[in-house]
This record gives sequence, structure tokens and C-alpha cells, in this order.
Amino acid sequence: MNATSPEPTATRMSRRNLLRTTGLLGLAVGSAGVLSACAAASSGGNGSAPAAGATSAGNPLGVDAGAPLEVFVFKGGYGDAYAVYDESLYSKAFPKAKLSHNGIQQMQTQLQPRFVGGNPPDLIDNSGPAVFPLPTLVANGQVADLTPLLNAPSYDTPGKTVAQTLQPGALDAVTYDGKVMGLPYVSTVKGLWYSQSLFDKHGWTWPSTWDGLTALLGQMKQAGIAPFAYGGSDAANYFLYPLFSLAGKQGGAQALIDLDNLKPGAWQSEPMQNAAAAIAKLAATGMFLAGSAGLNHTQAQTAWVQGKAGIYASGSWIESEMTGITPADFQMTFGNVPLLTAGDKLPATAVLASALEVYLVPAQAKNQRGAMELLRIMLSKQGAARFSQLTHAPTVVTGATGNQSFGSTAYASVAKALAASGSNTFTYLVSSWYPTIGKELNVQIANLLAGRVDGPGFLKAVQAASDKVASDSSIPKHHR
Amino acid sequence: MQHGRFRIITLFLAGPLALYGVFVLSPFAQAFWLSLTSWSGYTAAQPFVGLANYKALMSDPAFWQALEHNGLLLAVVPVATIILGLFFAGVLNVGASAGRVGGVRGSSVYQKLYFLPHVLPVVIVAVLWQFLYNPQLGLVNSGLDRLGLGSLKQTWLGDPAVALWSLAAIMLWTGTGFYVVLFSAAMQSIPRELYEAADLDGAGRLGTMWRITLPLLRETVQVSWIYLGIGALDAFALFQVLLPDGGPNDSTNVVSQYLYQTAFQNGQMGYASAIGVVLCLLTLLLAGATFLLSRRETIEF
Repeated sequence: MNATSPEPTATRMSRRNLLRTTGLLGLAVGSAGVLSACAAASSGGNGSAPAAGATSAGNPLGVDAGAPLEVFVFKGGYGDAYAVYDESLYSKAFPKAKLSHNGIQQMQTQLQPRFVGGNPPDLIDNSGPAVFPLPTLVANGQVADLTPLLNAPSYDTPGKTVAQTLQPGALDAVTYDGKVMGLPYVSTVKGLWYSQSLFDKHGWTWPSTWDGLTALLGQMKQAGIAPFAYGGSDAANYFLYPLFSLAGKQGGAQALIDLDNLKPGAWQSEPMQNAAAAIAKLAATGMFLAGSAGLNHTQAQTAWVQGKAGIYASGSWIESEMTGITPADFQMTFGNVPLLTAGDKLPATAVLASALEVYLVPAQAKNQRGAMELLRIMLSKQGAARFSQLTHAPTVVTGATGNQSFGSTAYASVAKALAASGSNTFTYLVSSWYPTIGKELNVQIANLLAGRVDGPGFLKAVQAASDKVASDSSIPKHHR
Repeated sequence: MQHGRFRIITLFLAGPLALYGVFVLSPFAQAFWLSLTSWSGYTAAQPFVGLANYKALMSDPAFWQALEHNGLLLAVVPVATIILGLFFAGVLNVGASAGRVGGVRGSSVYQKLYFLPHVLPVVIVAVLWQFLYNPQLGLVNSGLDRLGLGSLKQTWLGDPAVALWSLAAIMLWTGTGFYVVLFSAAMQSIPRELYEAADLDGAGRLGTMWRITLPLLRETVQVSWIYLGIGALDAFALFQVLLPDGGPNDSTNVVSQYLYQTAFQNGQMGYASAIGVVLCLLTLLLAGATFLLSRRETIEF
């Protein structure tokens, strides 16, 4: 499981929800995919992208009003009711178009033969327990560039293009060599999480410096609460969020971009060294719930919401993931990772953020313009507000929900963090661009947290994996 | 006449053979062909690269590490499962002591109990053990505490030194029950007179087990070993559910998991097919070697 990267993290999140509802059948089906996938070769069709039809104010993308539209939505943690709503708006505008909606779970397993056969559907929500690796699809030229959509006028914000209504940095993770190859719909922040009611009870406040956090951790220990829990057996990589937050804030977004670009020695940069040392010190000073190395993420998160640990590293999907387990008075709250030193390049409010639930338009889709029009509806204020109302998750559309927080402290704290961060959001893509580096990162961060390796050892191992990819000419490279 | 019979045989065999060809042989052939390409798994194009995948595999440390883990499982799990299975089956079924031929009291109940883990789907077994191995609340650690053996407590799935063996123990727990039943069935076909005679000659349970039961069970054990060996070379479902990232410090990554990672995370379906072909050859080798090395005259009874 590769959960360090934007899209696969969405996968993981949704997988849990899925597993919860389908009794863990997901993996069984996933393994069956090994067989089916190997026996799926056929001649490829060669559908070239259809040109845009006549455009008008009501139809800026030039959609063919009679062309059928085939949509596949991941029916997991967020359900698919939001998509059905957006599709109803599409059908209202193009009543002659036959719209086929499919809410499924195994995207890759079900749709891979159609990619191989050259007749993929028009719009795919590439999320869930089995997803297509986006870098591979991009390298194969199998997904469409969404520039026409981004340059089209917004559905219901006059005077702005679709691109101008999106949060800064929302498209970073899907931009390959300047082209936007997917549309991530859900806005996510990554960092640390705590219970506001627990903090209130002890009179603790969320610190803005790492020293302040260290002092707080000491107080937690005195109060008999383990400072951190983590799921070492399958989700140690959640601790990459504090690690990359520390390094990104100290060295600026460039410190992480260098990692993505496989720059020689990037992992041994000073910000990375300091960040790794800070995390290693947590391990050395016993700041983790005993046995965390052998817990999985569900067990660790449950221990955290039960009050056995004070802080948990995760992304903003944590609230919906723990619904039903979190006590009612828990008041789950996002805690942005504090600054290592006063001289850090980014402010304390800068946040490690990325957008998930990536929608793709296949390059061989027959109704690309229709798919982009549906995305334009999803990215309207109307569509985005409907999504947040249904799922309690923010979309990439700025200010779609006003000041509403749907009674959720987590949602309110995430919205606040995103607003405070503004254009200072930053992210890393190295693990989604290069899965073998992602795998090594997962292994080594678990080693770091368990104290099996120190900061320099951690960075050295990942640098070696990075160098190996850099020198392998068979792996397509990306740059940002 | 001769000609007509041939036609009938052909007629009856054509259907099954065609099915076998389409659903068994052709996927094998296809996998072998794919292993000679650099196919990503998502396109129609399957560029031919010859034996490049196999060459790369030979110098791939991750593959060798995974193979080593399979090797350790292969060395321990089948033998341990067979010994346990024989022990329990022996106790439940055969042997004679003090004039009584048969198993220990309540043996039919035990037999059902042993079989229970085998009935559970692997995924359920994995989730069950996830709870048992929970270092904080799990039955294993708290049981050790209760017995005053707190010093033996481990982070079962989080420590590179014990993680592989923790998983091997689950394989043992799941597998034993089936072989108890299998060996029981085989033991029941051994004539009772042999045990009665042995009892008269003064042989104990252990003696009859070693000198009568085991030699007569030879072929059953042989087949079991091959079957368990194939299981040890695979082990995918259990490992993937419990430790999907390959375990602490990659200490439990097995070949089938590495295959999965290369195929579906790295988008290297051609390379993954090469891993699959090698795994298939190793399995055939294992079965072939077992038959070759343990060939002996069958004892008729």
C-alpha cells in the first residue's frame, strides 16, 4: 500500500471505508486481479480525441448535445450521491444526451480491459482500493489534458475561469510537465490531529514552535497519556506529513520540489536533516504509544480517539474515517505542524496540502467535452457546496460553503487552516511519481519511528532509492 | 470398428481439452509471452524486450530478499504443519494401548475443533490475528502476561526479528486442522489387525506411530508436503492483509507481494509476469524434486 502520495492516500482512505462495509472482500478481489490482468491483451482501438463542437455562452466547451456520456464514480467513503446530483444538472442542460452513471469500487480492475482495448469511458473517478497509477497513464499518453476545462468560464462565478475558482496548489499533484492531467476534487490538509476537549481539560493549547510542542509532549507524558500513536504495520508513512511539513516550512516548498525532481543530494539537504533529526528524537525520547510499531492504522487511530494517545498524524479524511468510533465530545481538530526554528522560510500557517479524489478523462474517451462539462458543473459553487454538505469534506473550490462547518470541528479547523495558509500551501509528489521511492520511504519511516535507524541513516537509504531511479533510464521522469 | 471408437473418444475429450486449453494453458502461455515484453499493463502496445526482464530479475535485490523469505517459510511451515498434523491425527485415531485400539476420548470433537480454522476465509483469519497480535490489547501478549511470561511479550507484527515467524505461526494454525483430517482419513484405511498385533507384541502409541502408521502414510505425507510447499511459495492473501507494505524493514515481503507491487503499483506488468513465471518454475521444481527424491516402492495393504 502506497499511502505517501496524493492519489494513493485517497485510495487508502476510501479503502478503509470500503473494507468496513464489504467485510474485507476488497483485498480478495484485488488479488484476483493479478490473474485477470495478466490475461487481458487485445488489439487496441485508435479513437482520436474528438474536436470541440460549436461553442456558445451556455455551452463554452462545445459539448455535442446528443453524445452519450459514460461516468464511473468511486462509491466509497463519500458515496456517489453528489455525482448523481451534478449529473442531473448536466441532463437538464443536455436532455438528449444519454447519461450512464456507474458507482463502483474496483476502478482499475473493472476498467483496465477497456483501457487496453482502447474504448475507455468518458470520466473516471480514479479512487478506491484499486486505482490506475496516474504517472503510468500519463507516460502512456492515456489521459487527456484538461486545459480547455480550466480555461472555460466558471459555471456560476461570473467573470472567472474554472482555474481561477480553485484553491492555490490544488492542481500541483496532477500537473505533469505543465499539463493538468486530472482533476482532484477533494481538498485535504495533512499534519497532526488532536482532541480539543482533551486539550481544554488539561489547559493545553496547540503550539506554534517545535520547542513548544516538545514541552507539550512532556506534559502529556506526565498526565499519563502517550504523546503520539501511529500504525506501524501499514501506515507509518502518515508520519511523513510532520516530516515533510517541518522540512517544507524550514526550506520552503523548493526543499520538497527538489526531492520530486530527483535532485542529487536533495534528501540530505539541511531542512531534511533537521526534520529527520526532530522525528528521530521523538523516537529516542519515547514519545510513542508502546507497541505502535505493531499496530495497524485502525488500531492506532482507535487508541487515539479513546484518549490513550494525545496526537495522531494523518490527513483530513480522518474525521469521516473514524465516524462511529470517535466519542461525541471528542472535538477532533487539525493541528498544523509547528516551525522548527524562527528562521524558517515559510510561516507557521503554511500547510502541507494536496487534493484527492482525482477525476480523469481518458485520452481515448469518445465524449471528452461532455466529461469536461460535467467536471465544470462539479466545480461550480452549487456542486461543490452540495458535495461538502453531503460528505463534510471541503472541495478544491474556494469559498463554496461560506462559513458553514456542518457542525464539525474538524471541518472548521481544516477550512481555517486552508484560509490561513493561502498561497503558502506546499506538497510533495516524489512517492506518487516514483512508486519504488515511495516504497522505500514507507519502509524507512517505519524504521525511523521504531528507532531501527537514525535520521542520517533514514535519509541515506531514501537518497539511495532516489539515485537509483534517477539513473534508471527505463523509468519515465517528471519535473516541476 | 477401431476407427469408430477413436472418433467417440475424440468427441468426448474435445470439449474438456478445449476448456483446459483456453482457461489453463493459454493464460500460462500468455504470461510467458508478457514476461518477454515491457508492457505497462494499461496499453495495447506490448514492446518485445527478449530476456531483459529475467536478466534484471537476477540482479534485483528486492526479488532475492522476497525469495529468501519464501525459502524460510518453505523450510519451516510444511514440515511443522505435517508434524503437528500427524501428531494430532495419531492421537485422535490410531495406536493401541492396554488392549484398546482407537483414538483418545472425545476425538471426534477435537477433530472438528482442529478443522475450524481451515473453514475460515484467509482474510478473516488475518483480521482475527491482527486483533490477537495487537501488542497492547491482543490476546497473545495479555495471555503471556497472565501466565507470568511477560518477558516474552513482543511487538509481533512490528519487529523485523519476529514478524515473519508471527505470520508463519498463523499459517501453521490455519493449515494444521486440514492435515489432521487428511491424515485421519488415511489412517482409518490402515487395517486394525496391524495395530492389534502390535499391541500384542507390546508396542506403545509412539512405537506403532513410528513403525506402522508413518510408513503406510508415506504417499499422503508426500502429497501434503507438495501442497504445503506451494502454499509457502505463495502466502499472498495472509501477508497482504496483515502487512501490505512488506512488514517492518521489508522483513516479510514475499515474492507474490513483490509481484503485486511491480504489477499494480509500479506499472511494470511485463516484469511482474517474469516474476510470475519464475515463481511458477520454482513451484514445478519443488513438486518434481519431491517426487524424484522420495520415490520408493509402494507398500500394498
